[in-house]
Amino acid sequence: MKNLPRLFYFAAPSRFYWLASKAVPWLYAIAAAFAVWGLYVGFFVAPTDATQGDSYRIIFIHVPAAWMSMVIYLAMAGWAAFGWAANARLASMMARALAPTGAAFTFLALWTGAFWGKPTWGAWWVWDARLTSELILLFLYLGFMALVEAIDDTRRADHAGALLAIVGAVNVPIIYFSVRWWNTLHQGSSISMTAAPKMAHAMVEAMLLMTVAFWAYAFAVVFRRCSAIVLERERGADWVQALARKEG
Amino acid sequence: MNWNSASDFFAMGGYGLYVWGSYGVTATWMLLEPVLAARRHRAALQAVRETENEGEER
Repeated sequence: MKNLPRLFYFAAPSRFYWLASKAVPWLYAIAAAFAVWGLYVGFFVAPTDATQGDSYRIIFIHVPAAWMSMVIYLAMAGWAAFGWAANARLASMMARALAPTGAAFTFLALWTGAFWGKPTWGAWWVWDARLTSELILLFLYLGFMALVEAIDDTRRADHAGALLAIVGAVNVPIIYFSVRWWNTLHQGSSISMTAAPKMAHAMVEAMLLMTVAFWAYAFAVVFRRCSAIVLERERGADWVQALARKEG
Repeated sequence: MNWNSASDFFAMGGYGLYVWGSYGVTATWMLLEPVLAARRHRAALQAVRETENEGEER
């Protein structure tokens, strides 16, 4: 691996492992830097909201966590499907590596939503379409993780997980459009591609900075977990043996 | 500047419980998860080494 291989070369677990080991520290550094910047703007630059007071500051982690919960699900389903269709082992490993982080962001979106709902709606939880479909997303993640762990044959487990992940992907557009399709308690989109933001500039800025931080964090932790999965699964491979000797 | 003092900051205009309840759990998880992932990685490396020592086990 003296010279940088072409991009598709990273489909080989050995090359992915090498790339991940180089990228992870930088990704954590980017995540930390953007989190500090985003929190500074969110707490010290963005003004107190006229109607919600300071409770609205939960948005700086609530919205990025909710976005990540959906994006990671689609990535997980996509890699799982590709791993099944193309018989690509690394893709299936990536799907498994994504699941716990996706589930965590889903939980955090629900948790921060509850802590925001209580002061603004007067309830920790309501059976609103957005909340309910996000809760279903959490169950899909947990179901995927339980299913792939429950089947001993690794590749059969990957295929079963892929089927579940693909079928469950229909839930993601339901979450996204739920605030438009059903007129319930959860507010509409904060950010739109086609319209000017409804929030003050600094509020949007803080939210986007935190989103960058969450993305970098997710890449870092998923790459790290995927590296572990590669080692767990490719234990017998020569390059893994050589690597263990070198890093020992 | 939004805050006149540290206690003002922690009070969050009366929403301290909700704001810090959200941020606290999020921060705790996002500090814990990298540790868990790193630990799994180290354990996997260790397992490879043990396999190696026992010869072709798999």
